[in-house]
Amino acid sequence: MAYVSVKGGEKAISNAHRWLEEDRRGDRAIPELSTEQIREQMSLAVDRVMAEGSCYDRDLAALAIKQARGDLPEAVFLLRAYRTTLPRFGASLPIETEDMAVRRRVSAAFKDIPGGQVLGPTFDYTHRLLDFTLAANGETPIEPAPQADEPQAYPMPTIASVFRHEDLLEHEEPTEGAGEPFDLTREPMSFPAGRDQRLQALARGDEGFLLSLAYSSQRGWGSTHPLCGEIRLGEVAVEFVPEELGFPIEVGEITVTECTMLSGSSGSATRAPQYTRGYGLTFGHCERKAMSVAIVDRALRRAEIGERADSPVQDEEFVLYHSDNVEASGFVQHLKLPHYVDFQASLQFIRTLRREFFERQAAMKEAAE
Amino acid sequence: MNPSNAPERYYNYAYLDEQTKRMIRRSILKALAIPGYQVPFGSREMPVPYGWGTGGIQLTAAIIGPEDVYKCIDQGADDTTNAVSIRRFFAKVADVETTEDTGQATIIQSRHRIPEKPLKANQVMIFQVPQPEPLRGLEPRETETRAMHAYAEYGLQYVSLYESVSAYGRIATGAGYPVMIEERYLMSPSPIPKFDNPKLNDSEAVLLFGAGREKRIYAVPPHTTVRSLDFDDYPFEVQTWEQSCALCGSEDSYLDEVVLDDAGQKMFVCSDSHHCAERREAGHAGPMAGHALDQSKEPAQ
Repeated sequence: MAYVSVKGGEKAISNAHRWLEEDRRGDRAIPELSTEQIREQMSLAVDRVMAEGSCYDRDLAALAIKQARGDLPEAVFLLRAYRTTLPRFGASLPIETEDMAVRRRVSAAFKDIPGGQVLGPTFDYTHRLLDFTLAANGETPIEPAPQADEPQAYPMPTIASVFRHEDLLEHEEPTEGAGEPFDLTREPMSFPAGRDQRLQALARGDEGFLLSLAYSSQRGWGSTHPLCGEIRLGEVAVEFVPEELGFPIEVGEITVTECTMLSGSSGSATRAPQYTRGYGLTFGHCERKAMSVAIVDRALRRAEIGERADSPVQDEEFVLYHSDNVEASGFVQHLKLPHYVDFQASLQFIRTLRREFFERQAAMKEAAE
Repeated sequence: MNPSNAPERYYNYAYLDEQTKRMIRRSILKALAIPGYQVPFGSREMPVPYGWGTGGIQLTAAIIGPEDVYKCIDQGADDTTNAVSIRRFFAKVADVETTEDTGQATIIQSRHRIPEKPLKANQVMIFQVPQPEPLRGLEPRETETRAMHAYAEYGLQYVSLYESVSAYGRIATGAGYPVMIEERYLMSPSPIPKFDNPKLNDSEAVLLFGAGREKRIYAVPPHTTVRSLDFDDYPFEVQTWEQSCALCGSEDSYLDEVVLDDAGQKMFVCSDSHHCAERREAGHAGPMAGHALDQSKEPAQ
C-alpha cells in the first residue's frame, strides 16, 4: 500500500541498514578487506577521497572507502562529516612546493627543462590491457624498479625558473600584508570570489565535474589554449608555528600533486604580451584533477585578464556553486524523500486546469453543433 | 550523560562543537533582528546529506538543550522515514525527550508543513529549507538576487505572478508561495503548501529557517506581519478539499491523497498525523474510521 511504503519507522530503517551492512560485507567465504589493504593497494582512491574530503588522513580515507563500499563520493561525504567536527588549533604555514621531494615531474612545454623530465609512477604510456596474471595469482612477480645512477636535482627547479630571465611568464608574488586566506569550510561562498576562495573550492570540487568543465574549455567553450607547463608529484613538509614556541616546527609530510598550465596572453596597451598561469593543487596523487583545476582556474581568471565570458567554465557562480559533490549528491538525491504535500498542491492545480480544459472543449463542441 | 549514547560521545553534545553553535546562534540573532533577511553562515557538513535537513539540524543543534522536548515531522507526519531518522539523531546526540505531541514540544523541526495546532510563545519552529532564495527561479545569480533584496526590487516577482494569472487565470504556486515580511523582505516560506502560509503571520512562536547547502539562515520573530503576495483582483487563497479526513473527519486540515489501489480508489487523510490521532482519540471519526491505516502508526521512540 502506497501510504505505508512512504512511511517507515525506526524498525524499517534499522533493518535496511542491517541489509546494507550485509551487502557491504559481500560473500563471507571471501576474506574481508582490511583498511590497510585499501590504504596500500587502492591508494589512488584514497587520494581522491582525501582531496575531495579536504582531510589528509590515509587511514580515515581508507575506512571511509570500506564503509562506503567503494562509492567514492559517499566516502568523501563520510570523511567531510567527520572532519567538520574536529577542533582546529591553527593554520599551517604555506607549503613550499619548490622544495618538494619530487617523485614525478613532467613539462610539456620543453623537450628538456632544468632538473629533467621525471616520469615517476604513472599510467601514462602503459598499454591498457587487462593483466590477467593479477586475476590468476593475485600478484604479478615484481621486479623492483631500477635506481637511477645519480640522485635527481634538489630542489627541483620549477617551470617558472625557465622563464624568469626573460619575464615571459607572469610573476606570482605573495601579496604583502595579505589577510588570512578565505576558509570555505567556515565561511559561505561569496561573490566575486577571490582566487583563494576559488582555488579552495576547486581543490574540494568533484573530479568528474571539473574534468568535464576543463574538457569543455579545451573544445572551445571558453578556451584558454592551455599548455601543460609542469606537473609535479611528491612530498612536502608541513610547518606550523605553535603560539608557545613562536617559530615553525615541522608537523608532518604530505603528498601533493601540483599543476601549472600556461596560456598565452597578447597583453594590452599597458601590459606586455606574456604567458599567464592556471594553477591546480591537490592532496595525494590526483593528476587528472590537478590538471582540470589548473584549466578551470585559468578560465575563471577571465575578468582579471580581460577576456569575454560566454561559456560555463568562465562563470564563477556556475562553476563554484556546482562543483561540490557532497552538496550536489545530497540535493539531487533528496528527491527520494517524500514530497507528497507539495505534490498534493500541484495535483490539485493540474486537476483544476484539466477540468477547465474539458469544460472549454465541451463548450466549443456545443457551440460548433 | 546518557550512557546508551556512548558511541556518539565521540562527538560534542548535540554533535556540533561549541564554537560552531555560537556562530550559528549569532546568525540566528541577526536573522531575528532583520526579519526575512537571509543571513549567510558558515554551514557545516552534517552527518546527513545536503537537502535532507542539514540547515534545520544545524539550527536545532545550536539551540537545543537537555531540557527541551523535540518533535520532528516531514510532510506533516512524525513517522515519515527522514523525520524518524532526524528525531533519532537528536535523541542520541542531545539526550532529549522526543514527542509527537505538538503542544508538548519546545522545538519543532519540520520539512514542508506547519502543524495544524496553533504554535505557542514557548515554542521554536524550525524549517528545513532547500532553496532560501524566493527569487532563484526567476534569477539564477546570487549576486543579482542579493542586490534585488537590498533595493527591495521585487517587480520581477510580481510580473511572474501576473504571468501566472494571465496563463492560468490564477496564481499557480501551490507550495513555497512567496511572502513579504513586514513589507520589507521577500521571503520563501520553504516548500510548505500555501495552505500553511497564514500560520506564519503574527505567530506566537519563533520561526527559524535553515538552508544548510545554500548556507543561509533567516527568521520570522513572533508577532511579525507575514503577507502572502497577491493582487486586489486575485486575492491570496489557500487550498480547500471537497472531502473531509477519512479517518478523523476533520474539514479544515491539509489532506494527503492516499492511493488505495490501481483502479482509482483513494482516500484523503490529514497530513498532520498527530493532529489526526488526537482528534480520533477525542472521539472524532471520518467516513473510513477504523481503516487499516489507523493502525499502521508506529510510536515515536
